[in-house]
Parts: sequence; C-alpha cells; structure tokens
Amino acid sequence: MTATPTAAAPFTTVIGLEVHVQLQTRTKLFCGCATTFGAAPNTQVCPTCLGLPGSLPVMNRTAFELAVRAALALGCQIAPFTKWDRKNYFYPDLPKGYQISQFDLPFSSQGALEVVDPKGALTRNVRITRVHLEEDAGKSMHDETAGTGDTRIDLNRAGTPLCEIVSEPDLRSPQEARAWLNELKLLLVYLGVSDCNMQEGSLRVDANVNLHIPCDGGRIAKTPIVEIKNMNSFRSVERALVYESARQYEEWQATKAEMGKTPKQTRGWDDPAGVTRAQRHKEESSDYRYFPEPDLVPVTVSEEWLAATREAMGDPPSVLREALAATWKIPPYDADVLVNQGRELVAYFEDLAARVGEGKVASNWMQQDVLRTLNERGGSIDDFPVRPAAVADIIGRVAKGDFDTSRAREIFAEVLASGRTVDEVVASMGIAAVDDDELITLCRELLAANPRVVADVQGGKEQAAAGLIGQAKKKNPNVNPGKVRAMCLELIRQM
Amino acid sequence: MQPSDMSAVDLVTAVRHGDLTALRATEAFLERIERLDSQINAFLSVDREGALRTAAAIDEKRKAGQPLGPLAGLPVAVKDALCTFDQPTTCASKMLAGFRPPYDAEVVARLRAADAVIVGKTNMDEFAMGGSNENSAFGPVHNPWDLTRAPGGSSGGSAACVAADMAPVAIGSDTGGSIRQPAGLCGITGLKPTYGRVSRRGLVAFASSLDQIGPMARSAADCALLLETIAGHDPGDATSLESPVPPYGADLDGPLEGVRIGRVPAHFGAGLCPEVAHAVEEAFAAFRAAGATIIDIDMPHADAGVATYYLVAPCEASSNLARYDGAHYGHRAEPGGHRAEPGRLHPVEPGGHRAEPGKGSGASGGGFESALVEMYCRSRAEGFGPEVKRRIMLGTYALSAGYYDAYYAKALKVRRLIRQDYLDAFEKVDLIGGPVSATAAFKLGEKSGDPLAMYLVDLYTVCTNLAGVGGISFPCGFTKGGLPIGFQLQAPALAEPLLLRATDRYQHLTDWHRRRPAIAARPR
Amino acid sequence: MSLSRNDVAKVGLLARLALSETDLDTMTRELSTIVGFVSQLEQIDTTDVAPLAHPLDTQNVFRADIPQPSLTTAQALQSAPRHDGECFLVPAVLGDSGAN
Repeated sequence: MTATPTAAAPFTTVIGLEVHVQLQTRTKLFCGCATTFGAAPNTQVCPTCLGLPGSLPVMNRTAFELAVRAALALGCQIAPFTKWDRKNYFYPDLPKGYQISQFDLPFSSQGALEVVDPKGALTRNVRITRVHLEEDAGKSMHDETAGTGDTRIDLNRAGTPLCEIVSEPDLRSPQEARAWLNELKLLLVYLGVSDCNMQEGSLRVDANVNLHIPCDGGRIAKTPIVEIKNMNSFRSVERALVYESARQYEEWQATKAEMGKTPKQTRGWDDPAGVTRAQRHKEESSDYRYFPEPDLVPVTVSEEWLAATREAMGDPPSVLREALAATWKIPPYDADVLVNQGRELVAYFEDLAARVGEGKVASNWMQQDVLRTLNERGGSIDDFPVRPAAVADIIGRVAKGDFDTSRAREIFAEVLASGRTVDEVVASMGIAAVDDDELITLCRELLAANPRVVADVQGGKEQAAAGLIGQAKKKNPNVNPGKVRAMCLELIRQM
Repeated sequence: MQPSDMSAVDLVTAVRHGDLTALRATEAFLERIERLDSQINAFLSVDREGALRTAAAIDEKRKAGQPLGPLAGLPVAVKDALCTFDQPTTCASKMLAGFRPPYDAEVVARLRAADAVIVGKTNMDEFAMGGSNENSAFGPVHNPWDLTRAPGGSSGGSAACVAADMAPVAIGSDTGGSIRQPAGLCGITGLKPTYGRVSRRGLVAFASSLDQIGPMARSAADCALLLETIAGHDPGDATSLESPVPPYGADLDGPLEGVRIGRVPAHFGAGLCPEVAHAVEEAFAAFRAAGATIIDIDMPHADAGVATYYLVAPCEASSNLARYDGAHYGHRAEPGGHRAEPGRLHPVEPGGHRAEPGKGSGASGGGFESALVEMYCRSRAEGFGPEVKRRIMLGTYALSAGYYDAYYAKALKVRRLIRQDYLDAFEKVDLIGGPVSATAAFKLGEKSGDPLAMYLVDLYTVCTNLAGVGGISFPCGFTKGGLPIGFQLQAPALAEPLLLRATDRYQHLTDWHRRRPAIAARPR
Repeated sequence: MSLSRNDVAKVGLLARLALSETDLDTMTRELSTIVGFVSQLEQIDTTDVAPLAHPLDTQNVFRADIPQPSLTTAQALQSAPRHDGECFLVPAVLGDSGAN
C-alpha cells in the first residue's frame, strides 16, 4: 500500500511513535514498593525509589519477563545479552539524578506490528525499532493557585517498570497512527503485559512527525521532524497529528524550511485549545551521559527461557482473529469485533458458541445483545450477569420454535434485569410452548375471520398470510410466527 | 589486661565466657575516645548512650542464658559512609550534615545481629574521595603516630581509631585503596575483600563498580573475625556474590610452604621511598623464611592504573552524587540567601555564553534559567567540598558528548588489560606482594594544594579495585622517624582465606602489628 | 590537554555546580592538569580490547515480584529540606520530565 498525496492533502504525513507502557507487576522495577494507582502521595516509597544514599536496585523478574513477552509478540529479536545504563539528568521527579534505562544494548529490537488500514482491508507493516525496559519517574504537581509557587513531588510512581516501544516512521496518516495504537494496546492487554490505561498513565505516547511534499521535478521536500508530547488519549494523538500536519504544511509554504537544518523540535499538545505549542529547548539537556549501570548485572536470555515464555504467552489478537473465524465459521468482521473486545469476551463467545453449536448465531447474539447491553451497563464481561449457558438456553428455545427472536430478546433483557433464570422468566412472562392442537384451533379461527386473506392466498398471493401473524400474536403472544404462517398456508391448501 | 589492650578475638571470647562484661569493654573504649579523640578527630559522632544500652542488653542476654552473637560485646567503629538508622550518616560532607537515613546498611544490620556494639561513626574524606582525610568537611584526622601527619584516607578515621585503641576493630570502605592505604599509614591491618564479597547496600556510593566494605583491625585474626560476620550474599545487592562464606578465623592456621608470592620489580622504581623499599624487601624475606616462594612477575599495565582509576571512579561518582541536589534530602541553598557576591556565580546559557546578569533567566536573578536550576547549582556548590567538585566535574566531562570514547570508554578498555594482568599473574603466583604506598605518613597540608600529587598516592592500590580482587595491608616496619610502613598482599577473587592466613603467619613471626603509638599509652 | 573556561562552565552547568569566577579559574587549571594526566591512556594500544565496565562476571540477578513494606510518608520526608507533610517541595518546575 502506498499513500499518495491527494488533492485534499498535497503531502504524505510520516509518523513514528514512541510508546511507554507500564508493566503489570505488583511491585516496582527495582524495589518491593507496590505500584497501586491512586495511593496517597509518597506512601509507596522506600530508600531505593527515593534514591536515598546507599540504596541499590535489584531487578524485578516479572517485569523483565513481561517486557520479553511484549517484545516477542511484536516479533522482535531478543538480544542474548542485555544490560542497563544510566541516563543522567537533573529533575525533581527523578530522585537519583539518573534514570535506569537501556541505551546501546536494548533487550530487543527489529520487530513489527501490522495495522489494518481503517479505510479498507489493506494492512501496513509498521516496523518496531526497539523495545526496552526502564524505570518511570515520579510526579510533579504545580498548582499556581496554591500561592507558594512550589512544585510538589510525589515519588509513588518513581521506579515503576516501563516498556518503551519505538516504531520506525512507517505510519502514513493520523488515522493510521490511531488504529495502530489501538492494535498495540489490544495486543499488550491480551498478553497481560499492561492494562494500558491512559487515564492512569499506564500508556503514554509521543509522536515524531514530518511531511514529505512532492515538489517540481519529482523532488520530495521533507519538513523538519517535530516530536509531539502530552497527548493523553488515542483521539488526542490523532487530533494532534492532524493539526501538526496542517501546521507543518503551512509553515513549509511560508518558510520552505526542510529537515536537517534545525534541531528536532518538541511541541506539546494542548488538548482543550486543539493546538501544539513549541516547548523550550535546552541544549544541554540532551547530553545524558549514558554509561553502564554498575549496580545491576547484565541479563542473558537462553533459548529455553524464550521457548518457555512463548509457550506461556497465549495467542496474540491477530492469530486469535484468524483462529476464531476458522473454528466457528464466522466472517472476519465478526472475529475482529469480538477479538477487539478483549480476551475475556472471546472466552465468553467461545463458551457460547460451543453450547449453541452455531458460530454465526452465537456471534450475532454477542454483537446484537451481549455487547450492546454490556456497553450500556459498563463493567467487564466477567461480571456480566447473563452467562453463556443462559444465552445458549434462550437461543436453543428459539431454534426449537418455542418463541421467536424478538420474544427471545425480551427474555434476555428480563433475565439481565431481574437476575432470574431463563425458566423463571419464561414462566413469569406466561410464555409456554404452544402445542399443535392449540395452533390448529387458533389458525382456523383466524382463517374463518379473514376470508379475504384466504382468497388472496388461494389467488396466489402467499404473502397475504403475513397479515394473520399480528392477529395471532394478539390472541396468544407465545405463538411462533413462522409456525402460524406455515400452519395457515397448510390449512388453506387443504380447503 | 585492659579491654582496650585485648585483641578482638580475645575480647569476644572473654565476654562469651563471662570474664568480661560487654558493658565494661564498651566503657573502656568510650573512655579512650573521650580522652584521645579531641587530638585525633577520628569520630564524627559517638553514640555513647546507644553503645552502653546495647552492651547492657548483651550482658542481660548472657545472664538469661540466651545465645550470643559471634561478635557479642565487641565495640566496632563504623565509617560514616555506611547508613545507620539511629545515628547521623554524613560522609563527612556538609551536604549530608545531620542526615539520618531511615535504614541500616546491610553490614551495620549484620553487626547488630551479631551483637556487636557500634560505638560511633568515623571521619573520612568527603564521600570517600581522598587519600589523606583532609577532605573531611569536619576537619582532618590526625595520625596517632604523629599528630602533624595525615592518617591516609579515605577511611582515615577508622584507621586512626584502631591505631589509637579507641576501638578494637572498625569498618572501612575501599574504592581505590581507602582501607589499605590508611591501614598502612596508621600501622594496622586492613582488608579490602573481593568485589561482591560484602554487600554494598547502605554504603553511600562513590564508584559502584569499585567500592567494597572491609574490616580494619590490629591483626589479620581480628579482621577474619569481623569479615566472617559482614561477608556473604545479600539479595538486596545485585552485585553481591553467592559463594558461601568460609570460616576465615578457623582457616588461619596453615603453613605457607608452597605458597608463591609475586614480587613486581617495577614497584621498586624511583618514586618509592628507600625506607619503605627496605621494609618491604625485609617482609618478602620473612615470607621466604616462612616457606613461601617469591617469584618476580610483571604487571605490564600497572602504570596505567591511576589514570584509569581517575576516569572510571569520577565518571561513576558524577552520576552517584547527582542525587545530592537539595530536592529530597541534604543541603539546600536558601533562595537568595548566602549568596557570596552578586554576580559572582557563573551561570551559562545554552551555547556556552555567559548570561548577562538579569537577562532571560526568570525571577531568580543571578542568570540561572530557573529557580530550580539555581537551587540545584547553589545547593551543590555550597554542599560539596573542592575535591568532590573536582571529581564530579572530571567525571561529567569525561562522560559528556564527544569525550566519552576518548576518556571513559578508553579507560574501560585499559581496565580490562589491567584485570588481564592479574589473571595472567595468578597463573604463576598465589599472591602478589609489595608496598601499599610509596611513603610513610605525610604531613597534613603537604599535598593538599596539588590534586594530582594526591592522586598518585593511590599508585599501588587502585589496580586491585579495577580488577575486583582482594587485598590486605599490614605493618611491616617503621621509618627511623617512627612511622609505620605498610605491606600489601593481593589475591585472586575470593582468596581472602589465603590473604588472611599469609598475614596471620607473618604476624606470628613479627611484632610490628603489636606496636602502639605513644598517644595510645595508658596515662600514669 | 587543556580545557577552556567555557568548556568548564558548560560542564559546571551539566553537573549543576555553580562556579564563581575564582572557582572557574581554579577548576580550569586543575581539570586541565588532570585531563592531561589521564590522557596518557591514549598511548596504550587497546585495539580489539573490549571495555570492562564491571569486575563481576555474574548475570541474571533478579528478585521476585513480591511487595515489601514501604516507608511511612513521615520517614520518606524526614530529611526533606521542604515538604508539606505529603509531598517534597521544590522551586517551581513546568511539568513531569516523564520517562523519556
């Protein structure tokens, strides 16, 4: 797939993303402090994450394993030997005066994650430059109204394990960037690597963007690369990139400034204002004086270790979509919708589909009933009160002809609302299976009362029988419309 | 016999057998500290009350028939670079004046668990940077053998307090010779264990890949006793070794027959004081007489040791000391307060041009880009002494963009060559002997105007740390002026038993280590 | 090897050390001497020699992901030059440095 400039956008937007995700561990990367979100300030701190004199880091094994799991799922090469480095800079949310990160020997590199073009079925392979493991900084809070002018520092977050995922500049539109982030998030959540909760800061995105502008003579002008920060949702990422592309194009038209002549600029996204703003550039801040962290020892990853990690990992969403479509004979669209809702929902679906025996029927129920009501109610599928057995029960009764689908929906809604069993709801709604004698009597009454319909059918207009169904349901709400229709036609034929 | 005359081994035996109470032993040393330390300045803080309380509790335990720890009743002085939750930990820096850590260093915790009595925290060069103890923000330590002379450093307080019998044993730390050199200049025995043998957790870091805690005492046997308690794996220090701790004390007995000791002819070059050279050669002769074989060996990159060390250590230090910035603990410069002279501070704008006063630097004045940067720069300028600043500057420079390869990376390559020298040497010999420093104790102030001259004091000791192996220093004679001369033995990784055994053998054959400075003599 | 005053001033800012004019003179002189001394390493042939950053050969040291007790807020703040009982207080900064 090649993105070509269109009349609407006379340039190609070139985007690379840098994503930080907080790993789902119980404790921090280098100490035993908890990582619970929302704790009172400075209650999850110890000498190590406070950077007190003499304190030392010891690596959290789970953090490393989760990071490896993420890298494997992104198709990365895992380095047989990796080490950590100190990135030195002064900031009050960084109590040691350095961040323990990885510089020249990250534990993984050279992966890829495909993104489905949101406008069509085409996919784009977005290369991953590297994935590395590092510690987070604390939180600075500045309240100008407080009057003190001081910044308050909470170090609860300091030392939380982060996986940094850096993509190549392979994305070609803001929409594609957003779609790719959705896929990345889904993958990481599926694998239990991170909850990727952006509100809680467990997923943060910076974007590098510039434009490729075709000029006369086939030359491509490249605008200076801008790094955008402070985007707190995927929607913000898309909006910021849309804004920034337009801004760069405007600037290019005015200045014709091209890449390489100025240092990389950093701009912050101001969400309420819907604009990016230049951030102050400190020349000396980029001299991080990386050197090997002498308080940690390197990690070597054996083939056995990798094999075990792969084994325990489970399928990534892309594999699961295909597997779901093949196993349950559902369209790729259905598989996509189900998989995108997360692993728990897929488990629910598979349970339901196995009970129903018909993948497509189960999928329809998932999408039209379970998912819709789940979205209205909020919460997780695991807490959804109508379990697969009950839904399968309802579907089964429809198949048997006990009642029709619309009646079934009412039953589903009532089971959900009341928390009672399907049997109880069916009984309470007075739904009883209508036996054949009852049905024959009912249909005879209807035909006797509607000679016109009988005449029309006999005249070849079978569709006229549809008019009888509404009357039948009035007389007995439990009748199956299909059966009423079939019985009426049969009786007319016998006349 | 007075408790202060007893060896640590005898002292803990006497306490265990009830021949001496922990209280009595502690009082004896506290009394000497009170009497002598005003002249020596070996202690930055003395925890008289805490020590007496601990000692009394140990005596109670004994009376109640409860099991006693292996160091029960033994007074121990601890270098002020180790965190103690109940006493200040300052690293002899204004930056940490009055700082109280909320935790104990692993070594301190082990000492307490062994029922040792921590009597106080000893003076040192600020952040362990120095070889004379003159870099202490709280005044230099005076060498007990001659109060006008330096005790060496950086563990000068620990060395001096043992030499003056103010403590039977002390804890030091050694990054480039900081245990061995002061031990040599003060006439005591000091062991720098193999890197990773003793946990560094709670040792205020100077250069993390070089720092190691070790025992300082009057004899190898006393060092062995202390090492047995402080050595061993600590899951809280990722660089701590897992190998089991041998019974160092029990392993002391053993012949030296067949032990090969390397002698490096290059050690006896022009810089070595003839009196020191003579005493060191005499020591080799004594080892030969005891059955050891002396073999001349070459350490081809030893000359590069000091230059390599003065890149590796400052680079790590520049990062390790970044945390002292006035934000979360330690000294913070008051806004606008104590400014030496308006306009005297020298801020730089991006691009390296000096800021014009009051221009583009916010409300802080003085030309800093923000009040925060000003707070950092001034807190650190006020909190650190000159030598610490020099090393931070040197390390920052050597790691900065454009210089990393020429300095830091180059030093790491030479470091490998130096370690390879050791690996090669230990194919041929079991130990390497030689001087610990080129001269006996020098005068206070003699070298303080010349940083480089001071760095060269570390000539014989830095390579041990660069290679990560173990070394021990002990007295092997005296100058005509009555100053002790030190001998150093180095051994392969984890060969502490051999280092201690060889030294113990030597100390059975000689009495240098029994000599006490005049100041330590009992008052009439 | 000699450093300029401006080199030293830059390093001073990088190291967050305020240097007076006098300091700057002294530091420029001393650092030039020391850098000149350590530059002797240039003469050692290190072709094909791998850097040795650490004396240990050990690898793969981990701890289990099991929470340990944290300090109390009071302990965490006990040595803070300024705090409000909950947080450390520092002169105004613009925002999180984040992890970058």
